[in-house]
Amino acid sequence: MNNTTKKKADPAIFFSAVVVLCIYAAVFIAEQTIAPTSMLFTVLKKGATYALVAVSMNLLNGFTGIFSLGQAGFMLIGAYTFGIFTIPAAQRINVYQYYNGGIVQFSLPWFVAMLLAGLMAAFFAFLIGLPVLRLKSDYLAIASLGFAEIIRAVFQWDKLGVITNGSNMLNNYPTFNDFNIRNASGKVTVYLSTLVPFIIAGVCIGVIILLINSTYGRALKAIRDDEIAAEAMGIRLASHKRLAFCISSFFAGVGGAMLAMYQTTVQAKSFTTAMTYEILLIVVIGGIGSVTGSCLSSFLFVACSEWWLRFLDQKQVIGTFQVPMLRNGFRLVVFSVIIMIVVLFFRQGIMGTKELPDLFRSQHKKEKEAQGK
Amino acid sequence: MWNTVFPYLLSGISVGGQYALIAIGYTMVYGILRLINFAHGDVFMVAGIIMVYMAASGVPLWLCIPLVLALTALIGFTIERVAYKPLRNAPRMSAMISAIGVSYALQNLVLYITGGLNQLYPTIPWISQSVTVFGATTKIVTVVTPFLTLLLVIALVQLINHTKIGMAMRAVSRDFETSQLMGIRINRVISITFVIGTFLAGVASILYFTNYTTVIQTSGAMPGLKAFVAAVFGGIGSIPGAVVGAFIIGIAENIIKGLDIMLFKLGLIHGPLGLATFSDAFSFALLIIILAVKPTGLFGEKNTDKV
Repeated sequence: MNNTTKKKADPAIFFSAVVVLCIYAAVFIAEQTIAPTSMLFTVLKKGATYALVAVSMNLLNGFTGIFSLGQAGFMLIGAYTFGIFTIPAAQRINVYQYYNGGIVQFSLPWFVAMLLAGLMAAFFAFLIGLPVLRLKSDYLAIASLGFAEIIRAVFQWDKLGVITNGSNMLNNYPTFNDFNIRNASGKVTVYLSTLVPFIIAGVCIGVIILLINSTYGRALKAIRDDEIAAEAMGIRLASHKRLAFCISSFFAGVGGAMLAMYQTTVQAKSFTTAMTYEILLIVVIGGIGSVTGSCLSSFLFVACSEWWLRFLDQKQVIGTFQVPMLRNGFRLVVFSVIIMIVVLFFRQGIMGTKELPDLFRSQHKKEKEAQGK
Repeated sequence: MWNTVFPYLLSGISVGGQYALIAIGYTMVYGILRLINFAHGDVFMVAGIIMVYMAASGVPLWLCIPLVLALTALIGFTIERVAYKPLRNAPRMSAMISAIGVSYALQNLVLYITGGLNQLYPTIPWISQSVTVFGATTKIVTVVTPFLTLLLVIALVQLINHTKIGMAMRAVSRDFETSQLMGIRINRVISITFVIGTFLAGVASILYFTNYTTVIQTSGAMPGLKAFVAAVFGGIGSIPGAVVGAFIIGIAENIIKGLDIMLFKLGLIHGPLGLATFSDAFSFALLIIILAVKPTGLFGEKNTDKV
């Protein structure tokens, strides 16, 4: 009801849209002007991937109140599905060298494979959800984490090697760099390798935002706030939880496919619980229950861990004084201390439960109040 | 057939004992704080690293062992004070996230100190000698572990059932707020719980790494998770449950490692199936089955949710 009256024109949403568009424009311009080897693009590509996965995790943990730790497993399914179906048929004999080229002897366009990656993850989520979603908080967390480990083991199984290549890596499939438009001589004319992941992540996150603001989203929030009250109001707990779980996994699968494109190789053993923990920490830093926060913190997290804190890993000399303690790995120590500080003292994270439009709204209100005086 | 199965069974019992010691830490903390202490496995790993560095710095081994145990207990105490105590009145999820943060921090700290290389665990004289039991060659530690575990568990159960602090622990795990009103100093009880839990993890680390000989920053994660699975399997909050669960999981895991050979000798299969890949996954499968069938675990008490 509130929504229909508001829908006419909300300047805050308009401003937010402008901000988002500006970011995309900036990414496009930066990509054409700055050397493609710059660390900036690594951070942006990985950041966009992590943003999507973090938002998908936030949909479960922040908006539905299902504390699931299975994200890495669904990413693994997505990454493998993408890899398996996009390796060019001619390359398969090299990639599946121990399995006579594998049994999949065709390849799909990347966007079909990416969609399939999401669907496959959602399908597994449906199956896993049957036993897991009946459990309560901690048990659910540990059971979903267990499923992620099981999935990891299954994908490494030698007998499935004709499909998954066993414990060997998948490579030679399309990566982000293939989005660059090249002329006949192979020289890149338009760089799109960062913009396209941004667009993919943007569209997916947009869909999640639409979902959150729909009746389904409100039902999910009701479940988060009080399961019993929500049930009493006529919300079907089981089907809503299943829906949220499958949708979240769908996008985690797409995120996994993006991660595969970013990394250029996929290997099951890298999708450990540590990866889930990292994504969870991103969600926490951004603010549990804020899509904007998750996006912001993924870029911050990736930038800090890959780029800005790099100097801590090397010897630094100021004048004649050599700063002690700086060597390989120190960056991660500093980083974990920062994370612990956020977890302990800034439990709201960067954004709390606020979104981008809310930032404009509060300013808007303040201005109005100032005018009123 | 017995000759094939026995070595796996033996190492299963041994690993089970080590998991049991870790699992007790999980189950006690969960019983009192309703918190999955994800950092517990990493404390176990840190205990291993401390041992490596202490032995390398020339401290005699007989002194190392008590020092390692004391330091590990101190780490457990500190972690609780720094990372969990400030969050006592926060939602339960916050404490769990904090535990994940601590786990991440400990792993990164060890990565920094060791440079991410495998550290060779010092050889502890007597227990790393080889011994032949019923035709299977193994280290003495394998044989000692189950007995030591049972001894420690019996001591712990006595402590919980017959001392004042044990009574306080039981009271706190039954009803946090009421016991506080009754004058039990909660923070002290919780600290002692952490000290006991991490002390046992320290013992487990000495036994475990004597067997596996190398320590790296990630070597605590898997035993930690499995011990937690064992605790849930046995019924979280119950110490006998955790021990039984740990032995079942330890044995099952090792039997699966040798399942290929066993099936082959029985003539059921003709080539390797690679089932050993599933030795880790099996514990989790077991967890999911027990949660689906009997969510409170083997020995867990039934809780009813009130509106």
